Amino acid sequence: MIIKNKAVVKDDWSVLRLAESDSPQTVEVAAGRVIVPLSVWLAQRDSLKNHAEIGVWLHSCEDPEALREDLACFAVIGVAFPKFADGRGYSIAHYVRERLGYKGELRAIGDVLRDQLFYMQRTGFDAFAVRADKDIHDALKGLSDFSEVYQASIDQPLPLFRRVQRGGVGT
Amino acid sequence: MYRYDQYDHRIVEERVAQFRDQVNRRLSGELTEDEFRILRLQNGLYMQIHAYMLRIAVPYGLLSSSQVRMFAHIARKYDRGYGHFSTRQNIQFNWVKLPDVPDILDELASVEMHANQTSGNCIRNITCDEYAGVAQDELVDPRPYAEILRQWSTFHPEFAFLPRKFKFAITGATQDRAAIEVHDIGLAVVKNPLGEVGFRVLVGGGLGRTPVIGTEISAFVPWQDVISYVESIVRVYNQYGRRDNLYKARIKILVKALGIEEFRRQVEAEWEFTRGGPCTITVEELNRVAAFFEAPAYEVLPEIDAAVAALQSNNKGFANWMQRNVKPHKVPGYASVVLSLKKTGVAPGDATAEQMDAVAILADRFSFGEVRITHMQNIVLADVRQSDLAALWQAAKQLGLATPNIGLLTDIICCPGGDFCALANARSIPLAKAIAECFEDIDFLHDIGEIDLNISGCVNACAHHHIGHIGILGVDKDGEEWYQVSIGGAQGNDSSIGKVIGRSFSFGQVPQVLARLLQVYVEARFDDERFIDTVRRIGYEPFKDYVYASPVEDDKELAGVDYELLKAGVPYDMPYYSPRF
Repeated sequence: MIIKNKAVVKDDWSVLRLAESDSPQTVEVAAGRVIVPLSVWLAQRDSLKNHAEIGVWLHSCEDPEALREDLACFAVIGVAFPKFADGRGYSIAHYVRERLGYKGELRAIGDVLRDQLFYMQRTGFDAFAVRADKDIHDALKGLSDFSEVYQASIDQPLPLFRRVQRGGVGT
Repeated sequence: MYRYDQYDHRIVEERVAQFRDQVNRRLSGELTEDEFRILRLQNGLYMQIHAYMLRIAVPYGLLSSSQVRMFAHIARKYDRGYGHFSTRQNIQFNWVKLPDVPDILDELASVEMHANQTSGNCIRNITCDEYAGVAQDELVDPRPYAEILRQWSTFHPEFAFLPRKFKFAITGATQDRAAIEVHDIGLAVVKNPLGEVGFRVLVGGGLGRTPVIGTEISAFVPWQDVISYVESIVRVYNQYGRRDNLYKARIKILVKALGIEEFRRQVEAEWEFTRGGPCTITVEELNRVAAFFEAPAYEVLPEIDAAVAALQSNNKGFANWMQRNVKPHKVPGYASVVLSLKKTGVAPGDATAEQMDAVAILADRFSFGEVRITHMQNIVLADVRQSDLAALWQAAKQLGLATPNIGLLTDIICCPGGDFCALANARSIPLAKAIAECFEDIDFLHDIGEIDLNISGCVNACAHHHIGHIGILGVDKDGEEWYQVSIGGAQGNDSSIGKVIGRSFSFGQVPQVLARLLQVYVEARFDDERFIDTVRRIGYEPFKDYVYASPVEDDKELAGVDYELLKAGVPYDMPYYSPRF
């Protein structure tokens, strides 16, 4: 199960993670819906392009610019949060949406927890693979912690001061 | 001052509800302490040695009298009758209980306050010149920009989990009183030759383990672009700042590693895409926010109040106070008054509930109902009629807030240290107390003149010891507390990092070491030369040589100095959900 478009839904994608002994060149990518690491995509691009549907995921230290030429190939782009306190994924998501113009599914994977979902949603994530030991229905509540925000991001491209009549002196 | 509109209220109320829920999930065990720790830190809630400590934001150091009354109320109802003002112009309560914190936040929200982002690896409370709006040397009031940046940084979705904490300081005056050179980003409001307002932007300053003076990344960013510009800086930092080593994670390390030219290139490459975009501040928004900081209704008064001058000439106590605690004001007939939180025997920066209530009354009576907290851990009433100074002095004396020591040796900047803080290597407050008692003589203090003494209990440098004229750093040697002494640090326009004079000292030796440093100064100084200027002129060797020339007596009795408020406290039962249980 994952959260997608603000609902808990079934998920039939699998995420390929390289074991220590695997190499990106030779690791076998199963048929069907697989989200592969960027390194595997770069090493096996020609054959992976033949898959009906394919996804790719980025480590938090990887540069999303590497996806620019291939965006149209992906049904899903995943961004890994190795631990929830590693905030690079937010800027990666922002980049994928804003600078690459990616419109497809952008999925947070890894240490994905309720109390970060609101921020993740703001920076462009629309799918959340909540950590398996957590109650995903409970996590869903995290998407609605706030009903208003100050600053612009992907979900809301205008800062508050450009959207509403703010209160001034004496109002 | 700024007042919340319905949107500010809603965001703060929703934040309280969110945190209340997080606390409930921690109490029920649904959240582990590891998961909760980072959430509570984003709300300024630390686990210290004895208890939870709650740090409440005082945005750019500005408070209304009703907010000060709320602090007094919180001190009485939820704490042990006092609070501690910090070097980030915030207030800390040392004895709160976790289940009470959501209620405290509710009470704070009722007076437009919160504890958001007062800790954690996020953008912290933005600090500011405590004389903003009233200083004679001010070009532009920085407070509207500080408020606009406060809103921008509040729950910024990209920057809640940076590699490390991130601190802004802002000034609009020619004299930097906000220590902008030692912040992650320092902003100085400036005017270009065309008279347009913008910001000189410094980046990568900071203290801690690796003290660095900030470097100019831009000489002029137009005010409209300041959000997009600083956002670009933080975005580059978020992606490339080190996350593998806590001690190398601040932006200063990234700037040093890349070099300022390369760092600037990356920031400006990023900025190209956002400059002129929706983040651009509108004239309407600036005007809306700036209107909250319009000058109050000053009276037309004579430049000099004759009665004040007369009292000054025949009352030495008043004259001392006028000289040290009263600052010039841009409006004739007015002055700014510093209420000293550095009375001998009291922990630097501590104020009791009774004092806070009384300060609120003084603010209403003498200063348009506003109060400022300084990064030197004192309180300022910024808009006092000179004709009220004598009455204010009397009232402040009654409250123990009129010690005429602002800028002098006993105006010690001091972190909570080993009495409270889990990070500290050594005690700070008792050492400050011991030093204040040794050098209490007011004539001696006035003769020594301006000197910044900063005491940090560990290398995290909460008391900014690197930029004290004399800096004292608590260090741990085999589980014992020792103190390293440095001289030659300075804050402001000519910031410098102090140099350690040599091997460290025991608690009981430190006052004697200070006495020796001062002796060298007194013998070497020219006329009114300040301590720091003498150090810069003759170098630090004469000081070092004299301090180490003969053994320094270790006054063992001094080390027994205690922090009474700590002793007097009732036991705090460590709850099962705390990391110290």
